Amino acid sequence: MKWLIRGGRVIDPQNQMDDLMDIYIHQGKILDLQPYTPKRGLKGPSDFRVIPAEGLLVTPGLIDIHTHLREPGFEYKETILTGTQAAVAGGFTAVACMANTLPVNDTQSVTEYILNKARDARLARVFPVGAISVGLKGETLAEYGDLKTAGVVALSDDGNPVINSQLMRRAMEYARAFDLPIISHCEDLSLSRPGVMNEGPISTRLGLHGIPSAAEEIMIFRDIQLCQITETPLHIAHVSTAGSVQLIRDAKKKGLPVSAETAPHYFSLTEEAVIGFDTQAKINPPLRTKNDLLAIQKGLKDGTIDVIASDHAPHSPLEKEVEFDLASTGIVGLETTLPLTLNLVHRGILTLPQAIAKLTQGPAQVLKLNGLGRLEISGPANLTIIDPELEFQVDIHSFASKSKNSPFHGWKLKGKALLTMIEGRIVFNQIIPVFE
Amino acid sequence: MTFNRHHLLGMEGLTQEEIETILTSAESLKEISFRDIKKVPTLRGKTVVNFFHEPSTRTRTSFEIAAKRLSADTVSLSANTSSLVKGETLVDTARNLEAMNPDVIVIRHSMAGAPHLLSRIVKPSIINAGDGMHEHPTQALLDLLTIREKKGRIAGLQVAIVGDIAHSRVARSNILGLKTMGAHVMVAGPPTMIPPFIESMGVSVTYHLQEAVVWADVIMMLRVQLERQKQMLFPSLREYSRFFGLNMKIMNKAKRDVIIMHPGPINRGVEIDPEVADGPFSVILDQVTNGVAIRMALLYLLLGGKKGEMAY
Repeated sequence: MKWLIRGGRVIDPQNQMDDLMDIYIHQGKILDLQPYTPKRGLKGPSDFRVIPAEGLLVTPGLIDIHTHLREPGFEYKETILTGTQAAVAGGFTAVACMANTLPVNDTQSVTEYILNKARDARLARVFPVGAISVGLKGETLAEYGDLKTAGVVALSDDGNPVINSQLMRRAMEYARAFDLPIISHCEDLSLSRPGVMNEGPISTRLGLHGIPSAAEEIMIFRDIQLCQITETPLHIAHVSTAGSVQLIRDAKKKGLPVSAETAPHYFSLTEEAVIGFDTQAKINPPLRTKNDLLAIQKGLKDGTIDVIASDHAPHSPLEKEVEFDLASTGIVGLETTLPLTLNLVHRGILTLPQAIAKLTQGPAQVLKLNGLGRLEISGPANLTIIDPELEFQVDIHSFASKSKNSPFHGWKLKGKALLTMIEGRIVFNQIIPVFE
Repeated sequence: MTFNRHHLLGMEGLTQEEIETILTSAESLKEISFRDIKKVPTLRGKTVVNFFHEPSTRTRTSFEIAAKRLSADTVSLSANTSSLVKGETLVDTARNLEAMNPDVIVIRHSMAGAPHLLSRIVKPSIINAGDGMHEHPTQALLDLLTIREKKGRIAGLQVAIVGDIAHSRVARSNILGLKTMGAHVMVAGPPTMIPPFIESMGVSVTYHLQEAVVWADVIMMLRVQLERQKQMLFPSLREYSRFFGLNMKIMNKAKRDVIIMHPGPINRGVEIDPEVADGPFSVILDQVTNGVAIRMALLYLLLGGKKGEMAY
């Protein structure tokens, strides 16, 4: 199929492109990028089918660096099929999925299983993240060589922080042989347990055990020090506190190979969302204060935080319609991440190219996904068409994800993906005239 | 008299007027417990389920007696007799109870917010009889009733709450209730037992028992739980008792008309010496008596009470 995406505002932060362009696509690749010529008569070569994108944004296919697809093991929450359906509906053409499945993705065969399922789904590309330690137990190193051969792009014990500093050091050293970045879930469990929300006036009032910011910051500091010894690229997952942003800013100033992500809930919500014991707002790390939220927005703006990740964490009502202390942590994010990110643009906190970079160039660089997160002639035709002005109300019942656990239900947001294309194939489409 | 609530989930959000209504109702209902025939027909035909998911003697018995004195039918479930031990979720148990059409579910639960969860899911009135470290509103109300009875007022009084504030639902509910009624509140205890940002609830803080004792018109002692020692909150009961326990020596520095309260059960010799607990300042057993009256008032107001009318 040959496509002409006509007249969109094409933003590719990697190539510093921000122009009205026509994009010609052939055999899954970008054949040509031409400045838009608004002459109605010229429809381009007649064998190209036109996707009208005037007034819309065209960006490199969005990449989510932090997703939980739950398969194998927790198919009642999400499968690779439903998870990648949610991904493409949210504008994502690629997702990196975390290793905390059952069995854990700590061996080649689990990685292969995930990749096979993803191939069958034929939706978003899936890049598995392998476990740092066998069984996420924090005791012995997983086989990084095997995992890399099978297709993992990074290593993380996400969900279970690596408590043993020696193990973390060895993991970072050993990973260098296979050129795999480490994604660290930073949490000092001895300090965070039995906490279920941010420690502060609200936890005190609600009688819930609090998690101090220090529980995150202590481990970020440790991992930055280990990064200094090992020089292994370190990516900090789901940054939630002002202190964390500052630690990462300082590490970058020193020139260390440190990158960081945050998730939309950390720049959109505060701990106040927990009032009333709403388990939809139970997340790890927890929602923090207004001051933290502002520091994270600032970190995004000044480049301290490179990536916005969904931290898509599907849970069924079995895990959420229970006592707050018993509820699982996490929210589904694939279908709200782009609108919540664009919200920062509408509010003047990020420029549009900055916002798009956090979802394209940023994750592609951290995971070293060559050719992804950018638009280039003869590169793969992975792209997302976005209507940045489309107003809509978040409705969990319309989610493609199998799980509906979101604190954003009912929010009025502006900006949404309308079409997602992977290697020239349209995998999500709300621009009606494309198909007759 | 105004009381239009369907649930009593906490002291949070109760207005001064609503608290007055409850206290005044309790004052008039209290007399029933001193009659020969301690029963009125007010709530005949109503069903009260006491759903206690955590051990309790005092509160559960108090609710049961209160309901019976108003002629309601009562059923009690405890954690080890309910299906929760068979792995049923709280929500499922509550839906099953609801299907039997009770009018009130009184719930005690070890986790904060459990009554709030139920109130969103089932129709009967929910009364919070203690949820985790969060709230214990009927305890706070009976404490307010006792203070008003003994001191003639609540507004302007200086109330010290002493002990493990961090883990205490009694402390939280009392702080909210006392502040709403215009009292001044000071919390005292070792810093490990003072929750962060407690000042945001409008209280002052001291780590020195004597400062609180000298200042107070009312001293509320809280129970210290031995297992807190394992959580590294204090080194030993011996040291706790020496620095934070109420004994006769420190009581000599108190105001002459001070009253001593305790929600029970008491650890004699730990947070309070026997001579103090049984001494002239103690109103601990009055609290228990008032507990029945407060719970009668709440059942009455939630179930039968109509504006300006007392049907007994």
